[in-house]
Amino acid sequence: MAPPPAAAEQIETTTTTAIHEEDDGQVVNPWEVSAKDGGKIDYDKLIDRFGCQRLDHALIQRVEHLTSCPAHVFLRRGVFFAHRDFAEILDAYERGDNFYLYTGRGPSSEALHLGHLIPFMFTKYLQDVFKVPLVIQLTDDEKFLWKNLTVEECQRLARENAKDIIACGFDISKTFIFADFNYVGGAFYKNMVEVAKRVTYNQAVGIFGFTGEDHIGKVSFPPVQAVPSFPSSFPHLFSGKENLRCLIPCAIDQDPYFRMTRDVAPKLGYHKPALIESLFFPALQGETGKMSASDPNSAIYVTDSAKDIKNKVNKHAFSGGQDSIEKHRQLGANLEVDIPVKYLSFFLEDDAELEHIKKEYGAGRMLTGEVKQRLIQVLTELVERHRRARAAVTDEVLGPTALLWAVGHFTRCSPSGAVLHASTLPRVLLVE
Amino acid sequence: MCQKKLVQEAVDTLLDNGIRGQPMRDVRNVGLRKTQMDRPTKTQAHKEGLFLLTHHRLLPSLTEQLQSFNLQTLPFPFAMPLSKQQLLSRLQELQIEFSRYEHPVVLTVEAQAKYVGHLGGGLSKNLFLKDKKNRFYIVSALADTKVDLKVLSQRLGLGKGGLRMAPEEALGEILQVSLGCVTPFALVNESARDVSLLLDQGFKTQTHCFFHPLSNDMSISLNASGLDKFLKSIGRNPSYVDLEANPPVGKDQPPDLAALVPSGSVVLPDQPEKQPSSQVPKDGNLVSVDNSSKTVSGKAVKPAVSEKNAKGAPVKNERLSSSSANVGQFVEEILQKTSELVLLQINEGNIKQHGEQLATVVSDNLRKNLSSDFKNLAMIFKNTAYTEGFHAGTHHQRRGF
Repeated sequence: MAPPPAAAEQIETTTTTAIHEEDDGQVVNPWEVSAKDGGKIDYDKLIDRFGCQRLDHALIQRVEHLTSCPAHVFLRRGVFFAHRDFAEILDAYERGDNFYLYTGRGPSSEALHLGHLIPFMFTKYLQDVFKVPLVIQLTDDEKFLWKNLTVEECQRLARENAKDIIACGFDISKTFIFADFNYVGGAFYKNMVEVAKRVTYNQAVGIFGFTGEDHIGKVSFPPVQAVPSFPSSFPHLFSGKENLRCLIPCAIDQDPYFRMTRDVAPKLGYHKPALIESLFFPALQGETGKMSASDPNSAIYVTDSAKDIKNKVNKHAFSGGQDSIEKHRQLGANLEVDIPVKYLSFFLEDDAELEHIKKEYGAGRMLTGEVKQRLIQVLTELVERHRRARAAVTDEVLGPTALLWAVGHFTRCSPSGAVLHASTLPRVLLVE
Repeated sequence: MCQKKLVQEAVDTLLDNGIRGQPMRDVRNVGLRKTQMDRPTKTQAHKEGLFLLTHHRLLPSLTEQLQSFNLQTLPFPFAMPLSKQQLLSRLQELQIEFSRYEHPVVLTVEAQAKYVGHLGGGLSKNLFLKDKKNRFYIVSALADTKVDLKVLSQRLGLGKGGLRMAPEEALGEILQVSLGCVTPFALVNESARDVSLLLDQGFKTQTHCFFHPLSNDMSISLNASGLDKFLKSIGRNPSYVDLEANPPVGKDQPPDLAALVPSGSVVLPDQPEKQPSSQVPKDGNLVSVDNSSKTVSGKAVKPAVSEKNAKGAPVKNERLSSSSANVGQFVEEILQKTSELVLLQINEGNIKQHGEQLATVVSDNLRKNLSSDFKNLAMIFKNTAYTEGFHAGTHHQRRGF
């Protein structure tokens, strides 16, 4: 029988060709997420079906040990709960082999809400504690292909989103943010074509659910999101370091792209990218609700004022408390569906305080109003901090990180390698 | 450069002062220290941003900055609004053809028509609007174009009823013109930097159109290309829009004018009173004066001063601090936040409770509560300084190589 690695590969391939819609009734793919019968997403089933691993306590402790820093709130609370090959990354790191981070966003709207920030907040933590470089891809071409927007509008949104992303606190001397419309070409494109050649149309249909009605832009997009996992796509950052591994923090609905990538990687002689995946961020109205751009009350936006936040939480956050105070004192709150407690578990740093709240609220001693008040405090501070940072990100700041955006730099940093001495390229610090 | 180290130093210095019993009130004293502490850091960040190290790399950019410094870049009220005469001179300098007509002060298009209506061309009506997020717009249209604010609001992506007429005070504050004098030319003022301009595409069909040149005792007429030239000269991209169009806006048809919504960090605060902070000039020379008075008064006020209120103060200059890594301001914020927290903690109750241990307790609390906040501030600072270095370097490159 084949040795373990190949067997694992086989499993992945089967999952790769599995139909994207499932018999357990839930649909999870990069463009649609919905639970069975309007219920909650079953993450255990998802892990099984996708074939990734649970992020267990041992791994978290290992991270703390290796980085000499307490684990991030999202790790402690199980927000980032699944992974592929994260242990290998830690092994390599221990040996002294570096890795780099890769994450991204599809800039479909200007308004970012807290759910959008989660992968970035976690990635910043990873960048800080492991001290590794980071590439962030803004898939403005994907949005153009999937939505009814002009190219200019997509580019503009990418630019605006980049500012919000930088405001999450990334060190721009160690971060490369790029938009597809500006960067695709050269070595990056070569990798795209290499990947494209190794995925059949049928496989793509199997993974992404394309139909005969979908235009060919959609069908040929997946390699664009795949190749940032390969260091050779960024010759100006990683030349000479073809062996560098890649870790991708993302929400679990992005898994299909990277299953495909992991399938192809060994065929190209590259390391498979590792993944670390998060839950979905619930809408204000509850797990069953949908966060949608047309309903501003379904989420907290980073542009919301303190008043807006207070209003939204008080009026729209779905409460697991009982209908009357007496009943509540008697039965306690239903923590399973209560949104304020869920949000607090994402954003309240203090473990002890969260435990206390859960205990008291669950027992009925604490009222919904108090929990909501605490949540409003936490969220307001978060949004305010973000706004403060965002105000400091001007177009100039986009220059050093998105090397190709400032017009003057285009000829210097063309990825097609058509240029210049290494001395004219801004050096990105990879190791401190 | 390790921002952790910077944060550590800042907190340690402050704690040392506190624990040794030196009064916190003398902000200026600590101010001296602050320059010693962070000058190496800022230069270091510059170093990291530049790639060819010649020791005069900073001089060219500094000299340039000094040369380009002019009153216009200072905020209101230091910035003098452009006068009508200055505007007309500028139009002449740009070699834009225009004709000027003086008349008694007019406040409406009808009144204006009495004096220039017979000259052909198009009269303009100009609306100064604002949306719910305190962003401002000038809609400049031919007098007979129908402008429906509800439709415009949707097309801009502001929902229904998101646009309304801006209040009179905004006219003076932002456009720096008087009532009845809204005009695209008001965008020449720095205070109007974040105002978005929508121009009626009907202007292009006229041989010339009339606008007020910052004062309503005169009208000037020029053609659309002249207007464009002027707008481009102040760094604006003229956007002509079919103002009467009413395209559907929905899930698959995004608002077609969304790109015209100002994206800059808009400043008008939620509170009705004006933030005193908006008067602090860009290079921060006067910052310490403003702030030391704040810190001193902070001591006199009971700890019940809402943290939010005081937190509001550091969020000053959203527009201005963003453009440079301001060392003084950065340290000032750190000191402000720290001293606030210390003042909050040192009260009778706590003294009774902790007695001699109070210093350690306060110190631990400071570390716990401020650590991530300061790291964020330091990161913003680092990124800004790095950016400055990067641009200084590439600019130098372009000339030297």
